[in-house]
Amino acid sequence: MTFTRIMLNVAVAVTAVVLQLTVVNPLDLPGGGPDLPLLGLVGLALVQGPITGAVTGFAIGLMLDVVPPADGAIGQWALVLCLVGYVTGLVGPDVRGSALRVVALVAGLSAVEVLAYAAIGLIFGAPGVTGPAVLEATLGTVGYDVLLAPFVVPPLMALARRVESDPMWA
Amino acid sequence: MRDTRRTRIVLAVLLLSAMTFIILDLRGGEGSLTDRMRSSAAAIFGPVERAAAAVVRPVSNFVDGVTSIGSNDERIAALEQENDSLQLQLRTSELDRNRARELDDLLKIAGLGRYRIVPAEVIAVGSERGFVRTVTVDAGSRDGITIDQTVLNGDGLVGRVTSVGPSTATILLLNDPSFAVGARLAGTMEIGAVRGQGREPLALEVLNPQAEVAVGDALVTLGSRDGRPFVPGVPIGEVYRVAATPGALTRTALVRPYVDFTTLSLVGIVVQPPRRDPRDSVLPSPPAPSPAPSTSTSPSPSPGTSTSPSPSP
Repeated sequence: MTFTRIMLNVAVAVTAVVLQLTVVNPLDLPGGGPDLPLLGLVGLALVQGPITGAVTGFAIGLMLDVVPPADGAIGQWALVLCLVGYVTGLVGPDVRGSALRVVALVAGLSAVEVLAYAAIGLIFGAPGVTGPAVLEATLGTVGYDVLLAPFVVPPLMALARRVESDPMWA
Repeated sequence: MRDTRRTRIVLAVLLLSAMTFIILDLRGGEGSLTDRMRSSAAAIFGPVERAAAAVVRPVSNFVDGVTSIGSNDERIAALEQENDSLQLQLRTSELDRNRARELDDLLKIAGLGRYRIVPAEVIAVGSERGFVRTVTVDAGSRDGITIDQTVLNGDGLVGRVTSVGPSTATILLLNDPSFAVGARLAGTMEIGAVRGQGREPLALEVLNPQAEVAVGDALVTLGSRDGRPFVPGVPIGEVYRVAATPGALTRTALVRPYVDFTTLSLVGIVVQPPRRDPRDSVLPSPPAPSPAPSTSTSPSPSPGTSTSPSPSP
């Protein structure tokens, strides 16, 4: 179970990060467009619980921190997404039954993610963190994530559950 | 999994390591742990991004070109199919033409300024959520790229190289808020500094408070020592609003960059600076200096810039 789970999470993480950098970001949508790594993380952590959620979030965040063209401090995304994965795993049992709650969770976490990242940047004096930029990033991310969540999160949850329960995969 | 005590310990360990990374990275330095992490990530993920970009480009092109074929008549279907394939051909040839034109522009600007450049394609773009403006291109240390080289395209200055992997390089764009470059007003030779402001236009500060700055004045890079990070003479942009700042130590103005950062694809990285400062000879020619007789039917009257004598030092 553990091995297949790791394989699944690595595959989802790499795919989400690479697609984000090579496909989504070049579209130059306001606020950065949908956040595929966050959506992938939520889909997995809802099924896999807080510990795996936190570890997966940390790993995805570390990838976002080091894979070019990343330019922030290493550990910034890792810190934020680790928390996101943990919270998702904690509330998973209450949320995963209803599609509406899943979308609401995605909306909340998207906003928290952007604001937390901006706050860390502000503490360490990143020059790009300004009021209008933060507002645009927050609204854009929440909007696109909510639009995309119904198509990304449920299939990932189904996949994670299958890997978890199917004896063939174990 | 439901053991909250164990969960909290794991969370605390992860959060502490993330914070340690942040602090280590801010202390920075050559050859530090975080530096090595970055370069290994570039070595591993650079080829992945190149491959992904190579796959994505034709696919998105194909999706654009193909329309749905859903007709009851076979003949119509066949014709539509033929039409689609012709359209696709047309579109790809248009794409090829565009790329050829971009390359032409790039070579022209490099020739005018006598820069030696390595052409490269943008393969990945940084997220706006990171509050920095960076892109990755598909040329790296194997192609002679090193940190702090100037990046330009057919229109003008794009940015500078901030980190290099074996087959990829990361570029900080001119409109990033942490970007600053020394600039010279092409007409009056006054010098100043241009700063990026994100989605806002660039900000120019002219050192001489008495300097004449007018709307439409063109700016070129001042050039750094040994051409790093900036070679001299690269067009930056045009002044489009001058701020009234009575009593200030510097004059400020807003500058519209020549480069469109949303449609960036082909760029050139200057691997060897020119021997002499090209001054403003690289600037785009002013619109229609002399009204030529409109009897000519040839599609592209050459501006004749290539025949102009090389600028005096």
